[in-house]
Amino acid sequence: MKSYFSTLFTGAWSLILGLKVTIKALFSPIVTCQYPREKMEVTPNYRGHIDLVKFADTGAHKCISCGSCMRDCPSDCIVVEGEKREGVKGKVLTIFTLDFTKCSLCGACVEVCPTKALDYCNDYELAGFTREEFYFDLLKRVEERE
Amino acid sequence: MAMDVEILEDPKHHRYVLNMGPQHPSTHGVLRVLLELEGEYAMELLPVLGYGHRCHEKIAEHKPVKSFMPNTARMDYLGALIYNHGYAQLLERAAGIEVPERVEYIRVITSELNRIQSHLLWYGAYLLDLGAFTPIMYAFDDREHILDILEDVTGSRLTYCYFRVGGVSKDIDDKFVTSTRAFVKRLRSRFPMYEDLVNGNVILQNRLNDVGELTPHTCARYGITGPLLRGTGVAYDMRRAEPYSIYSQFDFEIPTGTKGDCMASFMVRFHELEQSLRIIEQALDGLPEGPIMTPKVPKKLKIPAGDYNSSVEAPRGELSYYLVSDGSDVPYRLKVRTPSYSNLSVVPEMCQGMLLSDVVSAMGALDLVIPEIDR
Ligand code: SF4
Ligand code: SF4
Repeated sequence: MKSYFSTLFTGAWSLILGLKVTIKALFSPIVTCQYPREKMEVTPNYRGHIDLVKFADTGAHKCISCGSCMRDCPSDCIVVEGEKREGVKGKVLTIFTLDFTKCSLCGACVEVCPTKALDYCNDYELAGFTREEFYFDLLKRVEERE
Repeated sequence: MAMDVEILEDPKHHRYVLNMGPQHPSTHGVLRVLLELEGEYAMELLPVLGYGHRCHEKIAEHKPVKSFMPNTARMDYLGALIYNHGYAQLLERAAGIEVPERVEYIRVITSELNRIQSHLLWYGAYLLDLGAFTPIMYAFDDREHILDILEDVTGSRLTYCYFRVGGVSKDIDDKFVTSTRAFVKRLRSRFPMYEDLVNGNVILQNRLNDVGELTPHTCARYGITGPLLRGTGVAYDMRRAEPYSIYSQFDFEIPTGTKGDCMASFMVRFHELEQSLRIIEQALDGLPEGPIMTPKVPKKLKIPAGDYNSSVEAPRGELSYYLVSDGSDVPYRLKVRTPSYSNLSVVPEMCQGMLLSDVVSAMGALDLVIPEIDR
């Protein structure tokens, strides 16, 4: 009988202790962020999909169409093509596409690039209804970017 | 819960078959368990796998060894860095690559943060399965801090691909060190709160005590490792049993239980949080300066013919990689031994004759991550 009451008491006490914690939390500052009305700052180190970097000094990308990123990508999501043009040293980049549906953000392409032409972007709000929305034309993106 | 109920032929027993999953919230992913129930008692259980199978091992046989790194994170999405660690270590052993000391420290710190993150998620989700909604909010509040810390250095929040053969992809900075120290302090100060909110709770006690008891012998038969094994009183942890990386330099304990029931593994995981914090603190104190990458890693990494093994302690138990190489840069065979697969295999025996609600308690205590079982 005695143990019945002591169990009852300790049980009830444990619940009261728990309630104390939740009541305290009720009056402490909110920790959540009301997305999408509020947005948190994303660290610049965040890995979004890759993008060609626009260099400030030349106002252009530095890709030399060597194709290393294409060969090193474990998921085959990059297609690079370049052509020889008269009067221009080296190859000129004509196609650079990324199939983001397959990209695992491993970073192999960014690390292998000899001219550091690639970097991760900071877009995280990516949602779409079709696959094609995630086929990015990086060359177009870099040309359109400010 | 009932998705597909089928009355068995023998009306005398009133047994019927019920599908738990593949979309049941307490199976955390696409695990399906066929339950043969008699009233509310589960008489037979049969886990059905294969819904999340992505042929990771086969994929490994088709690409250069280095390219498999992102796949490791997709097996156990909660212990991604530890899976990275095991794989990087495997290739380093196989190719005879020395790793700079700073790298080892960074690996240990980030791996332990990852372990805490995994345990906190399990803590919240398990209690959610048991019907307590609030604790997951507290656990996620703490877990969010780790995700932010790791995001700042790895660039991702869950499926990290941060370790490289011979190093890591990015150095940690002062900001990382200060925020990690702040986190260690914060989580420590929250432990009493967790004790009050959850661990002492009478409902939890009654739902976990004496449920799903395991013995060291059962664990040995099924190959169960991790907190479940430690809950039975066997202090077996890869970080001690076969110290890899620099774990032998740190002073930490291996929490164990005695009874091997759900409560024991629950408390083992809870105490492991503190031990991981201790390792992180010591590693931050001893963090040396130096390079974060070995300079001599060839671009095309050829693995000398032979077979290699590397085992690490994942949040759920022992993880091993076994690589057979024929001398080329593509593995001949890569076998991954994931802990949850063995841990799950005990379910038919452990849960036989249990009340249905206890099956949820017992399976939650296994801390299953389904993509790791179906890899
Ligand atoms: S991050 Fe990895 S998967 Fe994505 S495009 Fe680059 S190499 Fe390919
Ligand atoms: S590796 Fe760099 S330079 Fe070469 S094709 Fe890719 S982006 Fe261009």
